[in-house]
Amino acid sequence: MVESSKDKNITMHTYSEVEQVKGYVGNFDVRIRKKARSVEMSKCTGCQVCVEACPQVVPSEWDLGLGTRKAIYTPFVQAVPNVPVIDRSVCRIFTKSKEKCGAACVRACAAKAVNLKQEDEIINEKFGAIVVATGYSLHPWQKAYGEYGGGRYKDVITALHFERMLQASGPTSGHVVRPSDGKEPKNVVFIQCVGSRDESKGVPYCSGICCMYTAKQAILLKEHCQDAQAYVFYIDLRATKKNYEQFVLRAQRDYGVIYTRGRVSKIYQKSDKLVVRGADTLAGVPVEVEADLVVLATAVVPQPDAVAVARMLAIPHDQFALFTEAHPKLRPVESVTRGIFLAGTCQSPMDIPESVAMASAAAAKVMGILSHSELMLEPTIAEVNAERCSGCLTCTKVCPFDAITTVAYDGRTVSNVIASVCQGCGTCAATCPASAIILKGFTNEEIYAQIEAPFKRMEKEVTAGAPA
Amino acid sequence: MLQLNAETVHTCRDTIKRLSGEDVSRCFQCGKCTAGCPVAIDMDVTPNQVMRLAQINGRERVLASSTIWLCLSCETCSTRCPADIDIAKVMDTLRKISVAEGYPSPEPAITGFHRLFLASVEKYGRLNELELSIKHNLAIMKPTKDIRLAVGLFSKGKINPFGGKVKDRERVKKIFAESQRFVKVYPESIEREAE
Ligand SMILES: Cc1cc2nc3c(=O)[nH]c(=O)nc-3n(C[C@H](O)[C@H](O)[C@H](O)COP(=O)(O)OP(=O)(O)OC[C@H]3O[C@@H](n4cnc5c(N)ncnc54)[C@H](O)[C@@H]3O)c2cc1C
Ligand code: SF4
Ligand code: SF4
Ligand code: SF4
Repeated sequence: MVESSKDKNITMHTYSEVEQVKGYVGNFDVRIRKKARSVEMSKCTGCQVCVEACPQVVPSEWDLGLGTRKAIYTPFVQAVPNVPVIDRSVCRIFTKSKEKCGAACVRACAAKAVNLKQEDEIINEKFGAIVVATGYSLHPWQKAYGEYGGGRYKDVITALHFERMLQASGPTSGHVVRPSDGKEPKNVVFIQCVGSRDESKGVPYCSGICCMYTAKQAILLKEHCQDAQAYVFYIDLRATKKNYEQFVLRAQRDYGVIYTRGRVSKIYQKSDKLVVRGADTLAGVPVEVEADLVVLATAVVPQPDAVAVARMLAIPHDQFALFTEAHPKLRPVESVTRGIFLAGTCQSPMDIPESVAMASAAAAKVMGILSHSELMLEPTIAEVNAERCSGCLTCTKVCPFDAITTVAYDGRTVSNVIASVCQGCGTCAATCPASAIILKGFTNEEIYAQIEAPFKRMEKEVTAGAPA
Repeated sequence: MLQLNAETVHTCRDTIKRLSGEDVSRCFQCGKCTAGCPVAIDMDVTPNQVMRLAQINGRERVLASSTIWLCLSCETCSTRCPADIDIAKVMDTLRKISVAEGYPSPEPAITGFHRLFLASVEKYGRLNELELSIKHNLAIMKPTKDIRLAVGLFSKGKINPFGGKVKDRERVKKIFAESQRFVKVYPESIEREAE
């Protein structure tokens, strides 16, 4: 992040959101809302004095509630840019709180960078191509898994909580502890496939990353807490990439992690322990662990706003709201909308190496387009016969790719297909009441000719008296 | 219900490792040992389940199983295991532990046979086949079981009716005394005896 932020060819818009995308490949008109940070980026030195001065403490989203932050804050230590932002939804001034802070941040800042009057800025810019890399979120397990306590037990956490605890600059300074009493845990149970591969409570697909990060966390647990014992409940172990199988074997053989094949059925509190009930389907026995901490590997699911983002970009998504690639084998990093590319977990669950590979491929594809002055296209696209077009513009409403605009023709407004956007789906041609649109290579005449050809031949053969 | 906890979960694995050098935690449950085992069909716990139970300290179940006594030590499993575990050796080790801890054998005929075999070797320095067969068949209350076979074997001179003895029986005694050392390297069994 730091490196990219310093690259002269990269402009980073942080704390910003793309609100609108119009146009097409080579000509995208993008509206970006740069939200009011309430701190002037150009003046701020990143000294964080304002953060110290702010008396308003709230739970930190970044640390998943394991730690706190101020109303003026940088989300985490390595955040880019190192410029705080005021969360106006909790700031005492913006919420008109009865507890006064006297604009402590404004007064603390020697650089006079805090600007409470700052407003959202709208940036309109043209882009040649777009790479979508909006990532993933995690399955809201609390609602679905009452048998695991549904969030009632403090010491049943998600793997992301565990990840935060492992971080040296995190809320527990890198110590693995029980959230309930801050004590170091001894028996730690990891449960895989929570929400994944669960057709009744979650998603049917495999999240693809949890087998590996659970093995990593089980190993790191042992490195952080020498007396701890890790147990992993799994359905299958999916360790398919380079060195992955050996990594899982290392967890089992060198770190004594107990891998138990079977899904946990119930977790309940017994004094300060959590009784975890499962089965070892390989040994054929029910098993039980009195655990100090339980870590859930929750399913990778799309961002809550994935459908809205897809709609804005006019790219398709599947039934789970994962963005759809143009071809699963041959065009895995492209969306069907020309000029829009996909990278990472917005397309499918995947780990970091795979996300990076996909992003690199998408970048290369973008350069492939932008390095040429002309675009080479499939010839099978729609074409409007302006003469025939009545100008009803029905086609503009049905085109799933927004490929149809209007032009003036002979004093009338008629529709017009943008060749570089059209995907040749034929929806417009089928819809046009005036039959003014054709799909090149698939006109009615051409199709009829194809159907008639064999009959004509048969006819000829019959009249010539050839055997049927 | 098998309770898993940090204190004991590796006990069985560690004991087996100490006694045999074999690490059962290497087993990833492919099931090839069971698939090739000629007697798996008659076992109450299959060989791969033995390995699994040993991994999670399901020792009671393993040590009381008929499996460890049914095992023929044919070593088919050991030859084929992809994790390179000598399963037959693990079975042998489990038999030792089972005896040392005084588990009643679910296969008394088999354990009885082993005892008679060893007693014969200890006494003569070699096996007295006739004596072993008679004693064993009496013990399982089928005294006439092998009579037909015996007639044939006698007539072909395959069995010496008087048995035989090795000369240096002192050395045989030493070997047997040495084998008792197992009890010493196995503290759990000593603790049990003390109780
Ligand atoms: C507990 C846990 C441990 C893991 N450990 C490992 C590991 O050890 N090794 C490994 O390889 N992988 C690991 N992973 C997987 C790893 O997190 C993902 O593979 C990786 O983060 C995917 O990267 P991404 O860029 O696709 O998505 P993300 O990391 O989710 O990034 C997407 C970014 O886009 C931003 N964004 C979303 N929507 C918008 C929008 N509309 N406008 C602007 N920005 C937006 C988000 O804020 C986010 O910063 C782990 C995952 C979990 C849950
Ligand atoms: S990666 Fe492993 S833990 Fe995650 S869903 Fe797939 S099988 Fe389950
Ligand atoms: S063959 Fe080896 S790895 Fe496979 S189940 Fe048997 S002991 Fe385990
Ligand atoms: S050595 Fe024992 S367990 Fe292994 S295949 Fe032979 S009989 Fe079965």
